[in-house]
Amino acid sequence: MSPEKLDLLQGTLDLMVLQTLTVMGSMHGYGIARRIEQVSADEVLLNQGTIYASLVRLEQRGWISSHWGTSDNNRKAKFYAITATGKRQLAADARYWERLKDVMERVLTMDKSAEGADA
Amino acid sequence: MSESLRLLKRIWAFVRREHLDDDLEDELAAHLQFAIDDNIARGMTPTEARRAALISIGGMDHARYKHREARGFMTLDIFKQDFKYTLRTLWHDPSFTVVAVLILALAIGANIAVFSVVNTLLLRPLPFPNAHELVWIAPPPTKCGMSCATYSTDAYDEFRTNSRSYQDVTGYFAFSGADNLSLNLGGAPLPATSIDVIQNFFQVLGVQAQMGRVFTPEDARNGAAPVVLLSNAWWKRQFNADPKIVGKAFDMNGKQTTVIGVLPASFDFGAVFAPGTKVDAITPLNLYGPPRNWGNIITLIGRTKPGITLGQAVDEAVRVAPTMCWNNRFPESCGNYKGAVVPVPLKDYIGGKLRRSLIVLWSAVGAILLIACVNLSNLLLARAAARAKEFAMRGALGASRGRIVRQLLTESLVLSSMGAIFGFMLAAVLVEWLAHQGAIALPLLSTLHMDGAALGWTVLISFFSATIFGIVPGLRMAGGNVYESLKDAGPGASASRKHERIRSVLVVSEVALACMLLVGAGLLLRSFVNVLKVDLGFEPDHAAAIKVDYDDNVPNDKDGSLSSQKRGVIFQQILTRIGSLPGVEAAGFTDYLPLGQNRSWGLPYPKGLKPPQGVDGPLVYVITPGYMRAMGTPIRGRDFAWSDAPKGEQVVMINKSFAQYLANLNAWSDRDALNKPLGNGGGPDLHIVGIVDDVHEENVDGDAGWQIYYPMTQAGPSAAELVVRTRMNPSMLAGPVLASLREMNPKQPANEFRPIRLLVNHAVSGRQFFMLLVVSFAGLGLLLAALGIYGVISYSVTRQTQEIGIRMALGATAGHVRGRILRSTLQLALVGIVIGVGASLAGAKLIAALLFGTSPWDAITYGSMALLLLMIAALSGYIPAFRASRINPTVALRTN
Repeated sequence: MSPEKLDLLQGTLDLMVLQTLTVMGSMHGYGIARRIEQVSADEVLLNQGTIYASLVRLEQRGWISSHWGTSDNNRKAKFYAITATGKRQLAADARYWERLKDVMERVLTMDKSAEGADA
Repeated sequence: MSESLRLLKRIWAFVRREHLDDDLEDELAAHLQFAIDDNIARGMTPTEARRAALISIGGMDHARYKHREARGFMTLDIFKQDFKYTLRTLWHDPSFTVVAVLILALAIGANIAVFSVVNTLLLRPLPFPNAHELVWIAPPPTKCGMSCATYSTDAYDEFRTNSRSYQDVTGYFAFSGADNLSLNLGGAPLPATSIDVIQNFFQVLGVQAQMGRVFTPEDARNGAAPVVLLSNAWWKRQFNADPKIVGKAFDMNGKQTTVIGVLPASFDFGAVFAPGTKVDAITPLNLYGPPRNWGNIITLIGRTKPGITLGQAVDEAVRVAPTMCWNNRFPESCGNYKGAVVPVPLKDYIGGKLRRSLIVLWSAVGAILLIACVNLSNLLLARAAARAKEFAMRGALGASRGRIVRQLLTESLVLSSMGAIFGFMLAAVLVEWLAHQGAIALPLLSTLHMDGAALGWTVLISFFSATIFGIVPGLRMAGGNVYESLKDAGPGASASRKHERIRSVLVVSEVALACMLLVGAGLLLRSFVNVLKVDLGFEPDHAAAIKVDYDDNVPNDKDGSLSSQKRGVIFQQILTRIGSLPGVEAAGFTDYLPLGQNRSWGLPYPKGLKPPQGVDGPLVYVITPGYMRAMGTPIRGRDFAWSDAPKGEQVVMINKSFAQYLANLNAWSDRDALNKPLGNGGGPDLHIVGIVDDVHEENVDGDAGWQIYYPMTQAGPSAAELVVRTRMNPSMLAGPVLASLREMNPKQPANEFRPIRLLVNHAVSGRQFFMLLVVSFAGLGLLLAALGIYGVISYSVTRQTQEIGIRMALGATAGHVRGRILRSTLQLALVGIVIGVGASLAGAKLIAALLFGTSPWDAITYGSMALLLLMIAALSGYIPAFRASRINPTVALRTN
């Protein structure tokens, strides 16, 4: 039995989408979803459909923009690209995640000796 | 920042959601296709590829739902759905919809109409700019009428100069009566009503002329050319809204008078200062001409400076009052106004007396609204019972409780909105009608109109009522046990019984509310009847009055006796002539009619005693012989005679109350004022030749004050009202009387021949207006309560059809069945009546101040209203009971 997939924390999907668009450039919804699945090595539980809620949210905030275009295999698709505000937001969110990660790491690795050292 | 931007975009998204939905469909279709392509590339069969793609998307509908949730407002979407569904269901149940909307329209309409009245009289500022700065300056209420509420020219000047709180102070002449202006356009003179105002009147009120200009100080100078301002209504009616009227001159009261302007329609002097009367023209008052010596004639209105509080103005008036003189030529009259100069907000003066009535009225319509809501609740419950399965089914299919309550509340909201729309139209009609009831003596009535506030109120009460009547059935339905409802196949099940209990509670509260309304209306009605029964001191029926034009001017008349003599001759001639008309029983002149204007001339006192300070003098009427008989007022002693000559013994008549007061001073051994002399402040003694009944001079429901009557041959009247008593309908005399007057004096205008009964009607019109409104609201409440009772009983009869059938099959008679149903009806009604009577007893204090000769705990009213309600309840229960007794057992048992 494979281990259970990770549930996505609130807001993490938005961050993943922004990061994907920064790295990959303009992409359509399916491409973003696949990319996230590949990077996470299928560890997160992602209903591909939910990506569209995230996309509309980000677009309404002005962090990404969209336009209809044609894909490599000549299919009509909606392409998304990150905006300048989106990049700033991504930087801020990434810093936040880094700090949270550090804190979580320290909390989860703490042992009894740390208590005494502080006092 | 990005969030507020997003909010706008979400709202925008709701508006163009169809376009966005199409976009999403295309996007999802593309997504699916990409996934299928990928899967096929990985070696799946097309069917397999499609299946796998759909799985990885995680359900198309889920994706759509999530997307829409993020994109727009689900609440709005759901509301739209519910709204559509509601319209559909209401459309399919037209009888329910019509009844519900009608009930709501009546209740909401009544509420909006009353709100408009309350808003106009109490809430909205007066129709003047910065109206909060306007104050009415008068003494505290006294019993000597307008004379004690007015000031002399000298007092006005002194007050105006010495007060620092005001931007300016103005006033108007308080003693001009109806039909005091005669307009001569060739042909018969036309009667009109004008008021003299101090020249700065319109500046103080902040009213601009619609055309032309308002008065300037020059218009009121000695020898100024006569000018007039026309009321908007008179300009339209009499002058056909002539756009070039300004500058034209007309013969008014025999003088060429130039029209200098037309007042705007928004300014109605009568509506603000003299409720129930119309004022056609406004003329400037020359303060420095003869009015200087007329004594107290001016009512004061001031406009305070910005930032001056009422308290400051009151304090200042207390300081200024002692310096004011009644007449600067008589230093002993200075200080007369001490304690008699009190500014109150003009608005309080105008609407303050009505506050209590309006609150009662407002409570009455509030009760109507509650009754209507209860009724609607009942109707919705009955409907909900029929739809129980529908809701149970929806619940079983996954609809949450909140979702079902929301659906039901949406229905309530739609119903109440439709009710509000019709109610608003109904109120608009009512308000329009009220605004044209010129005969009702209520201030500002003609300024009534529907406005934004009324609209806001409509929205507010329709939301309020939707919540009130929707919440009970909503919770009831949503709270129902799904399985039980689905199972509940027929009558007698426990859920239905619970339903019925709620409905009974609703009916009881409805009956209780109706009972309170009825008791209130009953008390007001009884008071009104008592008011009509008051002994007025005169006989209002079979008499009528007309204002008569006369000219008693005598050149070089030093002491006025020549003019008194001439007046006597004129009046005697007129009375002889009128008295000989067929049908005339008696005729006489007075200068003021009762229940109209009045004035006083100081306090005549028994000779030898020193008149006390601070006692108001009796009201003065100047009359001719025959007047008392024409009015139907009995005299003890003798009437005036034509032989009471200007230079002869000065005679007066006084009323019983004044006679009683004088007699109690112990100046006379027999303690009777008849045939006794009164000292008259330096003038010749006044001999009391007659004592007459107390006449209600100011209002019908107050106490009569003191009155003194002077003969027209010895005192100067301010006008001449001819009163004619007849055995016939007075209106039949109108033609002959006017014709006779015309023959004797071609200048006699075609004044109105007013039945004295009209004066009484006018005086009680305010009370009658409130009484009629409350009574009709009570009638409406009674009707709604009857409907409610009928609805509940007939529903329970329907539900018990089978049971009744069984009972009848087992031998119950029709009478027995009827009796059982009637009993349960009366039980409900009785509980409601007991609660209602209890609440009325507790709340009767509120209405006590509006009653006349009726206790707020009047047993007869309570008893008869309870009985009436019980009878109506029995009647509305009887119909379903009768139907039940006609149930055919075989048919009843076959159904279900």
